[in-house]
Amino acid sequence: MKRKAIIEKIANIIFGVCAIVAIFAVCAITLYMFIKGTPALKEVGVFELLFGNVWKPTAANPSYGIAYIILASIVGTGFSVLIGVPIGLLTAVFLSELAAKKLSEVVRSAVELLAAIPSVIYGLLGLMVLNPLMYQLEKSIYAGDQAHQFTGGANMLSAIIVLAIMILPTVISVSTSSLKAVSDNLRAASLALGATKEQTIFKVVIPAAKSGILTGVVLGIGRALGEAMAINMVAGGAVNIPLPFNSVRTLTTQIVSEMGYSQGLHREVLFTVGLVLYVFIMIVNFILLKARKKEVAG
Amino acid sequence: MISTKRKLIDFLTRLAIYICALFSVVLLIGIIVYVFYKGISVVNWSFLTSVTSVIKGTVGIAGNIVNTLIIIFLTMLIATPLGIGSAIYLNEYAKPGKIVTVIEFATETLSGIPSIIFGLFGMMLFGERLGLGYSLWTGALTLILMVLPLITRNTQEALKTVPVAYRNGAIGLGSGKWHMIRTILIPSAMPGIITGAILAIGRIVGESAALLFTAGSAKLLPKGIAGLLKKPTQSGGTLTIQMYLSATSEGDFTTAFGIAVVLIIIVLFINLMTKILTKRFDVSRKD
Repeated sequence: MKRKAIIEKIANIIFGVCAIVAIFAVCAITLYMFIKGTPALKEVGVFELLFGNVWKPTAANPSYGIAYIILASIVGTGFSVLIGVPIGLLTAVFLSELAAKKLSEVVRSAVELLAAIPSVIYGLLGLMVLNPLMYQLEKSIYAGDQAHQFTGGANMLSAIIVLAIMILPTVISVSTSSLKAVSDNLRAASLALGATKEQTIFKVVIPAAKSGILTGVVLGIGRALGEAMAINMVAGGAVNIPLPFNSVRTLTTQIVSEMGYSQGLHREVLFTVGLVLYVFIMIVNFILLKARKKEVAG
Repeated sequence: MISTKRKLIDFLTRLAIYICALFSVVLLIGIIVYVFYKGISVVNWSFLTSVTSVIKGTVGIAGNIVNTLIIIFLTMLIATPLGIGSAIYLNEYAKPGKIVTVIEFATETLSGIPSIIFGLFGMMLFGERLGLGYSLWTGALTLILMVLPLITRNTQEALKTVPVAYRNGAIGLGSGKWHMIRTILIPSAMPGIITGAILAIGRIVGESAALLFTAGSAKLLPKGIAGLLKKPTQSGGTLTIQMYLSATSEGDFTTAFGIAVVLIIIVLFINLMTKILTKRFDVSRKD
């Protein structure tokens, strides 16, 4: 009997240890990001680093301003959400309100597969299909413009389109489940009052599912902010103001493309870039937590 | 009476909805068709079983396939028991309260951290601090943290669907808690646990940003059993890493598309597996 009690105790402890690993991991990551990310802030100066717009890490007189890099991440994320969310929401409406079961199954499977495709494949397709198209567009817009630096299509716009596509599955699946959670009584009441199906969807169902849809949007923002490889392949490689036809670097691509060869202060600055990204992601996570709580509360 | 204007608006909204829904399907088909069209001709037996070598004149990804398999093995070896253990603790042992909230919040946070941050962290802690350098172990240790939330959450969901009566029945018959978990809970929750594990493998196969600065990019095949056993301590690029390098610095798009075909086939296969399992799981729940 005693032996059984000991085994139970040990099992309890082992499972507890497993569960605590997640806490340790989050603490360790946070700690490391701050420990490695802050020295450069001190050495370069907080203002010069975060708000400086000249990035010349390997020059004789190096300059480490990452303002444009931060801006490119914000602009890229913002616009991709602006494009991705309406498409995603309408697809979710289709899945939960309009589609017959078979058809909805087809679309849902397609969305699941889109979510599972590795980001390097999105990058490769962006590079081979989207960039040439963008280059055509660029050539026709900037024809004869001496001042414009041609990017061959690897620019902010390409990055935004690829990001918009990559956040679609997240937005669709979260929105669909929140639309489905809306009580049928609401739909019936609205239809009974003489509203059309479309009016019911946009005036009743979507407002009722608002908080769940917002959760999907925030998750999409997190996904877009953190995406690295695909964007690195389609966005060009120069630190620039994030205008549509400029080659840009975002927080993530800055790390991917320079971490391999950087040294000394340059490397430390890249850790600061990582820290900035981490802080952004933590803000997104915090908002998510709040949104979820609200959702639970009703 | 519904006005003509209203009818027109309704028609246009419905059209927009159908177009958006169609977009995902067309996009997916487009991606698959394009990748196969560009890459299928490269994929043959020698592409899958040889290593790219200028001297021998071969182009192949065997080394990358082996690296990917080793990383999957090492990661799952640790992440699976850890994730299952964590889920069991949260569902069966912990009393609802602060500790559960904190652990669940940590798991949630972990799943929201982008892979490039995991890559940086893995490089700093496992690669540099622990001195593992660029190696498959560094990559695997990094990925463990990444897939942990996936396995934990799926196991938790699966455990939640096991009826309380099973637990009470076992305990009532004099079973200890651990015995009950081992003989009743885990077997009943198995389809859900396996689904989580398969999803985690899918995540590992598709991962690139977290591996670039941890596992490195070597593509040679290990020599013999001894080489295979030593491989985890050496650098090795997975399929995705090789594809990224092929498409960027090496400028070898044929190989890139060949790897893309292999990756898409793996993704399709994994998706099919989880679909089948989920279906079976649903059936067992109805009983």
